[in-house]
Amino acid sequence: MTTQRTSGRRKQAMAAAAVVAALLTTAACGGGGNDNEGSKDGAAGFNAANNKVAQASLAKKGGTLKFAGAQDADSWDTTRGYYGFMWNFARYYSRQLVTNKTEPGAAGAEITPDLATSTAKISPDGKTYTYTLRDGITWEDGKPITSKDIKYGIERVWAQDVLSGGPVYLKDMLDPKGEYQGPYKDKSADKLGLKAIETPDDKTIVFKLPQANSDFEEVLALVSASPVRQDKDTKSKYGLRPFSSGPYKFESYDPGKSLTLVRNTEWKQDSDPVRKAYPDKITVNFFTNANDLDQRLIKGDFHLDINQTGMSPQGRTAALKQHKGNLDNPVSGYIRYAVFPQSVKPFDNIECRKAVIYGADHVSLQTARGGPVAGGDIGTNMLPPSVPGAEGQKYDPYELAGADKNGNVAKAKEALKACGQPNGFKTTIAVRNNKPAEVATAESLQASLKKVGITADIEQYDGSQTTGIIGSPANVKKKGFGIIIMGWGPDFPTVQGFGLPLWDSKYILDSGNSNYALINDKAIDGLFDSYVKELDDAKKTQIATDINHKVMEGGYYLPFVFEKFINWRSSDLANVYTTDGYSGMYDFINLGLKSPK
Amino acid sequence: MLAYLIRRLFAAAVMLVVIIVVVFGIFFLVPKWAGVDVATSFVGKQADPAAVEAVAQKLKLDEPIIVQVWEFFKGLFVGRTYAGGGDVTQCSAPCFGYSFRSEQAIWPVLTDRFPVTLALALGAAVLWLIFGVAAGVLSALKRGSIWDRGAMVVALGGVSLPIYFTGLLSLAIFSYGLGWIDAQYVPLEDSFTGWLGGMILPWITLAFLYAAMYARITRATMLEILGEDYIRTARAKGLKEQTVIGKHAMRSTMTPILTMLGMDLGALIGGAILTETTFSLPGLGQAVLQAIKNQDLPIILGVTLITSLAVLLANLLVDVLYAVIDPRVRLA
Amino acid sequence: MTELSKTGAAVGEPVSGSPAPTAFLEVRDLKVHFPTDDGLVKSVDGLSFTLEKGKTLGIVGESGSGKSVTSLGIMGLHTAGQYGKRKAQISGEIWLDGTELLSADPDHVRKLRGREMAMIFQDPLSALHPYYTIGQQIVEAYRIHHDVDKKTAKRRAVEMLDRVGIPQPDKRVDNYPHEFSGGMRQRAMIAMSLVNNPELLIADEPTTALDVTVQAQILDLIRDLQKEFGSAVIIITHDLGVVAELSDDILVMYGGRCVERGPAEKVFYEPRHPYTWGLLGSMPRLDRDQQERLIPVKGSPPSLINIPSGCAFNPRCPYADLPKDNVTRTVRPELTEVGSKHWAACHMTQEQRQRIWTEEIAPKL
Repeated sequence: MTTQRTSGRRKQAMAAAAVVAALLTTAACGGGGNDNEGSKDGAAGFNAANNKVAQASLAKKGGTLKFAGAQDADSWDTTRGYYGFMWNFARYYSRQLVTNKTEPGAAGAEITPDLATSTAKISPDGKTYTYTLRDGITWEDGKPITSKDIKYGIERVWAQDVLSGGPVYLKDMLDPKGEYQGPYKDKSADKLGLKAIETPDDKTIVFKLPQANSDFEEVLALVSASPVRQDKDTKSKYGLRPFSSGPYKFESYDPGKSLTLVRNTEWKQDSDPVRKAYPDKITVNFFTNANDLDQRLIKGDFHLDINQTGMSPQGRTAALKQHKGNLDNPVSGYIRYAVFPQSVKPFDNIECRKAVIYGADHVSLQTARGGPVAGGDIGTNMLPPSVPGAEGQKYDPYELAGADKNGNVAKAKEALKACGQPNGFKTTIAVRNNKPAEVATAESLQASLKKVGITADIEQYDGSQTTGIIGSPANVKKKGFGIIIMGWGPDFPTVQGFGLPLWDSKYILDSGNSNYALINDKAIDGLFDSYVKELDDAKKTQIATDINHKVMEGGYYLPFVFEKFINWRSSDLANVYTTDGYSGMYDFINLGLKSPK
Repeated sequence: MLAYLIRRLFAAAVMLVVIIVVVFGIFFLVPKWAGVDVATSFVGKQADPAAVEAVAQKLKLDEPIIVQVWEFFKGLFVGRTYAGGGDVTQCSAPCFGYSFRSEQAIWPVLTDRFPVTLALALGAAVLWLIFGVAAGVLSALKRGSIWDRGAMVVALGGVSLPIYFTGLLSLAIFSYGLGWIDAQYVPLEDSFTGWLGGMILPWITLAFLYAAMYARITRATMLEILGEDYIRTARAKGLKEQTVIGKHAMRSTMTPILTMLGMDLGALIGGAILTETTFSLPGLGQAVLQAIKNQDLPIILGVTLITSLAVLLANLLVDVLYAVIDPRVRLA
Repeated sequence: MTELSKTGAAVGEPVSGSPAPTAFLEVRDLKVHFPTDDGLVKSVDGLSFTLEKGKTLGIVGESGSGKSVTSLGIMGLHTAGQYGKRKAQISGEIWLDGTELLSADPDHVRKLRGREMAMIFQDPLSALHPYYTIGQQIVEAYRIHHDVDKKTAKRRAVEMLDRVGIPQPDKRVDNYPHEFSGGMRQRAMIAMSLVNNPELLIADEPTTALDVTVQAQILDLIRDLQKEFGSAVIIITHDLGVVAELSDDILVMYGGRCVERGPAEKVFYEPRHPYTWGLLGSMPRLDRDQQERLIPVKGSPPSLINIPSGCAFNPRCPYADLPKDNVTRTVRPELTEVGSKHWAACHMTQEQRQRIWTEEIAPKL
């Protein structure tokens, strides 16, 4: 689901990651002591905005907030965008019934009312969600935002033939049988034929789910649930000029070159409990040279990177040496891992899977990913630290970051014996050819497996054809891909938003499969079923932990890292913090400038 | 002369049609033979079957190949309408296709980016012609001197060093290091000095590479021309040496240089991908690079066509200039 | 053979050293040496002669004998535009109308080029710039030395083309060299050389590149023009037939030196050097069969880097052993007077040479 959110920028950054890893480690250690020294040039200090707010009180109204990026959004249409930074940025010009809290760290992943007066009134069976809209909410032309606009905006998700690209959770949850044809083929006069949403009046909207899903409100917090006004819907071209419901509106957009937002004068501060709207203007400039972009960030031409996928290796090195106070090193929410399809022998046997897990050198894999700073902490389980229920490195059933972090040949050989392959076996590692860091991890794995007697060939496949090649279980079996190198991040920070397509047996598909391990475990399926029905947060968290444990106990995955990256924060940025709501990115919507220009 | 021109124009027109057919074939037919679904590539990686079907319908991908090529040709002259999934998209003439990625017609993208690339190519060409030819002539006149050897070593360096090296180096020194130049592209209509500041490093970087090549060619040609009998005749007339070199020798030396210039400009106008990427210039090369990243076939197709057209036109221009310079060509 | 009616009054005593140039053109001990990687090429190694206005001197010799180098030396074209190459070493004196050219300011010499002295080259196709019209090239030649507008210069160009016998000169003036036939091109070249009424005209193999039928026309033209303009003319050729048509005096060069010179009829009818005999023998003659011709000069021209010691011609000379004490191979023969204004450099005695000429050579010619 979210694997494709990795931008081109990341690819470039990863390209040289392994090469500079050693260099970086030195630089990071060398500068280690002065985490808070940044103040003299106005920088808030290393990790000052990582899960906490830096310089909150210094934000002033006005000025131009300048983003730079190497990659434009897939689309600025709220229905079509899937890149994480697009979701983050889209809150400038779109509002939702509910949205992520504008708070740092884990709190940022919590839901708070936006267009709605409060979070949903949920029926006891968990199938009916009712919202009442606030007063004073308006479009950029001053007309009020009605419940019908919200319904129409959500209905657009059904028009996948025209508006492809975005997440389809709303469609899956509200109309799992796909009965509705979407607004463009809607025969009813008002084009509001979707039965699962009712709009008894302009201020009330009622969602009726065929089956309960406790993460439904998380899905409503995605920008794909934004209102769209029918008379302003330009269909496939909407992304070129979305009609604003938020504090800013499009002034100009030149795809791949630049984007400028200006204040939406019809937006009223008192109608919006979430957005502070500090700057007067927001600009985005796109660069093709990632290093050039980083140099301009360092020089002060721009305030931050819109892509939020980490600096380029050169830029990172320079910044770590001289401007450490301007950097944050957040967890991205991504886990990088190897997965073992059970259809490929001998990976049908858990002991053989464990042999690989034990035999791998986890420090070497971490280094291949870029080391502890640019790559991340050694991954010990399959739940990203930003997801409720995650335990981080505390849960390490195979001691990947502990005693066996350099691999345990003895344990691996024992497992091989238990698997009935005492002399090892031959297999193939499949890896995307356009991700140098993934190729590097494949090579690391190959080397350590050789020591335990497992001979692994590496097959690099066309990364742009990922879905067709490893998304087809038949193909995986035919090619004998016993080990697949992949990465995954959450669409929304819950165990469902991350793990459902990976681990639930319902998601084993003939094509477009993402349950690569072909996990068909009634216990895991059952946990997910009870998760979606559970409305109590504490219990949901517990189920998430349980699911993670079940997955790890099955030995389906070898996690490499809980990914981290290095992001630049201008000294002039105020009220800046990373949020788990957007996978460790800075929360764009409430950034302000210290000295507006 | 006129007959010559007409002949060349006719040949160019025929070439253009051939190019369109071939390029179209590469982008639409070859994937078909290779078993890759074109509609899927248009929609992107998270292809929803409904979206794929809609695109196939919009692009008439189910139609016979002849019909597809014809539709494309028609689009170039009378425009074309894409309809599917309840969405109608008008692409007015000249319709070079339509990107379902950025939801833009290709032609405006091309016309928007073309001036940047043109400015880059022409500006750099002026620089490299001035410096390359001057260095080549001086080297030839001072053959074997320290200057000659020095210039040729620099030229060898210039030819061997890739743009992304010299480009990054120049950025590191002049922009990030010394801070003399703010090498950031600013549209000409916004600020002339800003535009100049943004273009100067790309010009120099690109010109350095080409100047090196031109210096070597100029030197070799000039040395050859200086041995010609008509140069001796010019001297025997009592012409000043400046006139002998500047008029008689230069005119002949320009012939191979013009040929090269035509080819190089044509290719550069198609997008100086490395230079535009290094300096983040929003030209055709950058567009095509982004399109490749995004698997945006129509943009790649459009830029390829424009490139071919540019090469064709540049060569036509060179042919004409050739005839102007060398009267013997007019008979050919 | 045509009648040789002219008298070779122009050839004076061999000059040595010091001043007093009385002749229009006087070359004294001219040496032109080219340093190369293989050694010093002595293309011209001590050449002296004089030439008066209105007279024609024919310089004859094989290729590599130093004829063309001499002419370029007089024009000052060894020093102009020699970029980076190792410079030609030139010594001696060249007096033109009272000015010594080798020591003169190069820019002064340049101004003389084209005006006082002009040159016609062997291959008019390569000697004319392919990218400029005939008219443009003549106009340019004229305007360097005359401060006139282009129109006037073009009128002059048309006039000159008309004079050299180009039909429809007002149209042809706008043609490019490649649109002319070979003979017409050479006529145009001559028109260009004469456009400034030069006092001295040097024609370097003016007919070699042309058809036999055209050759005669061009030679007639040069002769007529010389009469009309009264210039001094140097004709450089390997073909004695050409000089026979035109020259008052003949200078025979071998290995960068003069081996014989004198009035044309003397050199033709009483040649006193074995090399000259050879040249006469190799002359194409319409009244004889190919087989009857004397086998010309055996062997090949000498290396100008290692010129044979003694007489440079000795390795090829059938009579090299006649002089005693092996002197031909050790002592370089000086020019000695063998008749009125007739000089030759040979170790054989006058009598020996007279005998050989009358008994062995002349009958075969």
